[in-house]
Amino acid sequence: MLEKNPVIFIILAFVVIMIGTTITMIAPFKWINSDSDKIAEVKPYTPLQQEGRDLYMREGCNNCHSQTVRTLAADVERYGNGGGYSKSGEFVYDRPHLWGSRRTGPDLARIGLKPLTPAWHKKHMENPQSVVPASNMPSYAFLNQPLDTTYSERKMKLLKFPYTQADLDELKGKSEMDAIIAYMRKLGTDIPVKNAGAAVQAPVAQSNPYTDLKAVEEEAKAIYKQQCASCHGEKREGTLGPALKGSTKSETDLFKIISQGSTANGMPAFSSSLDEQKIWKLVTYIKLDTK
Amino acid sequence: MKASTRYVDDSVKGFITWSIIWGTIAVVVGIVISLQLAWPQLNVAPYLTYGRLRPIHTNAGIFGWGIGSFIAMFFYITQRLTKTPLWSPKLARVTLWIFNVAIASAAVTLAMGINRTKEYAELEWPLAIVVAILWVLFSINVFMTILKRKEEQMYISLWYIMAALVGVTVLYVVNNLGMPLHLFKSYSAFAGTNDANVQWWYGHNAVAMVLTVPPLAIFYYFLPKITNNPIYSHRMGIIAFWSLIFMYLWTGAHHLLWTPVPDWIQTVAMAFSIMLIAPSWGAVMNGYLTMNGQWEKMKSNYLVKFMIVGITFYGLQTLQGPMQAVRSFSAFIHYTDWVPGHVHMGTMGWVSMILFGATYYVTTTLSDTEIYSIKLANAHFWLVLVGQLIYSITMWIAGVQQGSMLLATNPDGTLHYSFMETMIAIFPYYKIRAISGFIYLAGLALFIYNIYKTFQKGAESSVAKA
Ligand code: HEC
Ligand code: HEC
Ligand code: HEM
Ligand code: HEM
Repeated sequence: MLEKNPVIFIILAFVVIMIGTTITMIAPFKWINSDSDKIAEVKPYTPLQQEGRDLYMREGCNNCHSQTVRTLAADVERYGNGGGYSKSGEFVYDRPHLWGSRRTGPDLARIGLKPLTPAWHKKHMENPQSVVPASNMPSYAFLNQPLDTTYSERKMKLLKFPYTQADLDELKGKSEMDAIIAYMRKLGTDIPVKNAGAAVQAPVAQSNPYTDLKAVEEEAKAIYKQQCASCHGEKREGTLGPALKGSTKSETDLFKIISQGSTANGMPAFSSSLDEQKIWKLVTYIKLDTK
Repeated sequence: MKASTRYVDDSVKGFITWSIIWGTIAVVVGIVISLQLAWPQLNVAPYLTYGRLRPIHTNAGIFGWGIGSFIAMFFYITQRLTKTPLWSPKLARVTLWIFNVAIASAAVTLAMGINRTKEYAELEWPLAIVVAILWVLFSINVFMTILKRKEEQMYISLWYIMAALVGVTVLYVVNNLGMPLHLFKSYSAFAGTNDANVQWWYGHNAVAMVLTVPPLAIFYYFLPKITNNPIYSHRMGIIAFWSLIFMYLWTGAHHLLWTPVPDWIQTVAMAFSIMLIAPSWGAVMNGYLTMNGQWEKMKSNYLVKFMIVGITFYGLQTLQGPMQAVRSFSAFIHYTDWVPGHVHMGTMGWVSMILFGATYYVTTTLSDTEIYSIKLANAHFWLVLVGQLIYSITMWIAGVQQGSMLLATNPDGTLHYSFMETMIAIFPYYKIRAISGFIYLAGLALFIYNIYKTFQKGAESSVAKA
């Protein structure tokens, strides 16, 4: 009969398609974004951040950047920035989701937790190769133009996000660059962070336990490359931050600067992302040429 | 003898022409973005940055080249299998107009950055509505032709065609649901993890209902035509058909392994992906067994080459896909260049090979003449085959290399390589991939020239006859 009746055939095909659809696509609405995966700390976007998010969509950053840290150890270590893997409740305000399917560039789900300043972002967005020479990220200097805020308030209403007059005032005089940076700095920051070295305020061990560079060289270099090279240069020659080669500062001073930062001037604090040993290793590495 | 007079084929010709044009644009943009990945200085203007061009490439490829050709072939096949002229030739011409307007507007709006970001559903809502209308008009035309048919039996190709009509409609409409802000911007109707789950239910079934089912319909029709042998087993085709359209819908979450999507959905997706090997290989074996006793045609008939190599890539694709759906393997290659390797074996190998073969065949029948040059067709075959193999193989190597570097940790749990070290390692492959694109484009140029010349030859000989 099926060989002869196209109407019955079409109905049957539809039913067959709907079985898997119902179970794996429709049914999960019951569990996902419900109370069970709610995270109280997760806040909706401010008008400026939402504008940034829309620009992220306009520029198609999602073609190179994912936004989910998988539960794999290496993912958590590389992209978690202390916030661990991604949880469902973190995305409840994301319409659409921007998880992406390619990592031509690094995952950005927790980029806000990475010690990067607005100045760093701006420089990087304007000319990524000036910060990371081998990067293939396009230059986004053209985002240095006034932000169109015509729809900002309507967006908040449509998305049912709370906002205040102060939030809207914040938009005044902002550029597209400011908006996208505000979005970058929000990503992943709602989640309670596990502080690797929260207790480190002042040096606990008053002096550097690593006097022999050889023993720690490889590890120190690796940490430096990951955390510091983008501002101080691959060879410590200085780019966004000052040159660190042959620093004349004392070891304790260096320790203090690295752990507490000089945030007003664009040097982030690393006390929450690096533990004490790692910071001392970096100090040893910086002092390399003066020993 | 001239059967084509009974059928209405001007729209078939129109869709063939335009799908080739959009396909060429897809390939050229593909080459541009492959060059940009190796040389970022090539991002010369905002509307020519990688992030805006990549969706133009995928949309021109899947919608322009893929869907455009499928519409041509469905019009052609349906008329022949039902022994009935197209229900409404006028509607078909309108469909072609809407098709071209939709694809052109897609390219322009995506370049402007008007983009929903959901993969393969990037078009903003007014355009998405146009696409939906286009598809429904096309579906009605095909379906009415089937209803009014003179041939009672429905050959397996018609099954695949009807399944695609229903499947694409459901998928496209649901994944495009949204809340419009204004004419050029909307927000998804679904949020976060739900949105991701809906997206990949859609995304993977775009692979099923657009990049698998239609080429299979075309394959099942043309292989017997080309070889003058009936398909090996109609029954096997039917069993494979129902299990295929049943299983595909369960597998979307294999794009979301290790993410916050609930574990059981991931596990189900993994299991069904592996089960999919059976119906997929049902089609492959059906093709191979049809060739029984006449494998020498691989040498003597240029069209057989396209069909059999095409179905072979489908076979490889449906072994590789399930492998990628296994959690442990996904951990390794997900997000890396391995996946574009997989994608292009499917699009450049399977889908395009079948379409090249079918287009040659249809062009010669519509023109009622022989192909302009078999030699050129053979050169075309080898160039696109070599281009595609270089593309996929380099990307698989790059993916494995980067994947293993990204996961490598030191004994104390810290990472062995920085992100940039893993990236610098794969730059050479990006450059080779760009070269492979030019090889493929050269093959495509021969194809276009040959098709053009054949149509011209047909026009001349029909004038001479008249
Ligand atoms: C062609 C692919 C590509 C596109 C498109 C792209 N990026 Fe990148 N991005 C990269 C690569 C590669 C890196 C790593 C090297 C670097 O830092 O430049 C990166 C790094 C970054 C970083 C720093 C990440 C970190 O952990 O240090 C941020 C932030 C970023 N991109 C934001 C964006 C934004 C915002 C957009 C869209 C406006 C964008 N990117 C578009 C490839 C891309
Ligand atoms: C986002 C960019 C950025 C990053 C990342 C960064 N720094 Fe800095 N750093 C700066 C800036 C800017 C200054 C200058 C601060 C000032 O003038 O007060 C600075 C200052 C310093 C100084 C003081 C130098 C001096 O001679 O006054 C040290 C030491 C230092 N950074 C070490 C590090 C180390 C080690 C890392 C990696 C763990 C690091 N920095 C990562 C931007 C950065
Ligand atoms: C049994 C059949 C198949 C299975 C189980 C399968 C499985 C998969 C999986 C698991 C991925 C995700 C890879 C990742 O991101 O980690 C993927 C991606 C993809 N596959 Fe397949 N595949 C199959 C057949 C095909 C075929 C025939 C095509 C035809 C062209 C195809 C086209 C694609 C495309 C376009 C993507 C990329 C999606 C994206 O990330 O944007 N697949 N496939
Ligand atoms: C010469 C030919 C081609 C070249 C050089 C090319 C190049 C590219 C490049 C560079 C990407 C981006 C990969 C990345 O994310 O790193 C891409 C993605 C893609 N291309 Fe092509 N392409 C070609 C042909 C085609 C054709 C003919 C089709 C479709 C019919 C197609 C469909 C796609 C799809 C679906 C993706 C997205 C893959 C994903 O999400 O993983 N491509 N292509």
